[in-house]
Amino acid sequence: MKRWLALLLFALLALPAAAEVPKPVIAIAKPGQCIAPVEEMRRNHMDMLRHQRDRTLRLGEREAKVSLNACIDCHASRDNGSVLGDKENFCQGCHAYAAVKLDCFECHQAKAKKTAEIKP
Amino acid sequence: MSENGQPSSGRRNILGAGAAAAALAIAPGIQLITTAGAHASGTHALASNKQRWGLLIDTSRCKTGCTECASACARENAIEPGAGRPAQNAQWLRKIELKDKVSGRELSLPMMCQHCAHPPCVDVCPTGASMQRADGIVLVDRHICIGCRYCMMACPYQARSFVHEPLHAQNPEVPRGQGCVEACTLCVQRVDRGQQPACVEACQASGGAAMVFGDLKDPGSEIAKRVASVASSQVRADLRLDPAVRYQGI
Repeated sequence: MKRWLALLLFALLALPAAAEVPKPVIAIAKPGQCIAPVEEMRRNHMDMLRHQRDRTLRLGEREAKVSLNACIDCHASRDNGSVLGDKENFCQGCHAYAAVKLDCFECHQAKAKKTAEIKP
Repeated sequence: MSENGQPSSGRRNILGAGAAAAALAIAPGIQLITTAGAHASGTHALASNKQRWGLLIDTSRCKTGCTECASACARENAIEPGAGRPAQNAQWLRKIELKDKVSGRELSLPMMCQHCAHPPCVDVCPTGASMQRADGIVLVDRHICIGCRYCMMACPYQARSFVHEPLHAQNPEVPRGQGCVEACTLCVQRVDRGQQPACVEACQASGGAAMVFGDLKDPGSEIAKRVASVASSQVRADLRLDPAVRYQGI
């Protein structure tokens, strides 16, 4: 019995290492310089956006450095012009990998401006 | 504070330094606003209470049956009919046809959020989502709107709509979505760029020229001059909400 338990425990511990979730592979429309280093963006983008959204809506600050539309303009995928769609899309890919709910796009347009203007 | 009721020297120094810094920022008056503007990369000023955006609508020039303003509003803000339930369609601006039963006089006018100086929708909002910018534009902060619709009931102009269905075709500059209340924003995204609201532009382009948009607090603006020289009225002025939308000839 003890041996079986040990085996089970070993299997449970060993499994995740063997079947690790693959890192998202993302191709964006306009690669280049972001507004802050990658590490800072990964850790703090949500706080930047949360802070700026109030300034934009309530104070009318339209030309701030932090802007969700600016994020989308650069980070939208080359294929569908959006940050959503599949695992290869910038926002969705990483949020799926990190298992974090993404609800910006319940209201915000996920497509880059030029793509969004062309309606089918 | 130290025991004798006086601030300790360390704290007093800090207070003094703070006061000096505040004086530097506030003393020139406009300095504070310039600094705020500079934060927004310098080219564009923040919403300020030195302005109050308003509309003047000349009902004698507003044509019966013309819906240019309403269609321009729907185009700009990507308002599309909902899923087969017309009563639930979002309506930021609607054309109203009125008839005086006694004289038979007919009248047509656009009705939308009146951007009250004392907006009841802001008073009743339990979360602070319904808000008024410093320049008088009344908006819904969808980030904190819980969709309770108290504001819809409080508004005497029935200016607000609730979004019942998920949306996908938004204008990137006009985020809107299911579960939130919304209304005319005076095209705030255009106003912040120095443009006119879409309805005003469409009305002028169609040759109606029934709508004038501008700063009611700037005595040199066309709207302020017109308001000062011709008879115009606010709808339900008895409620003393001081709407920023005024009508001529009603």
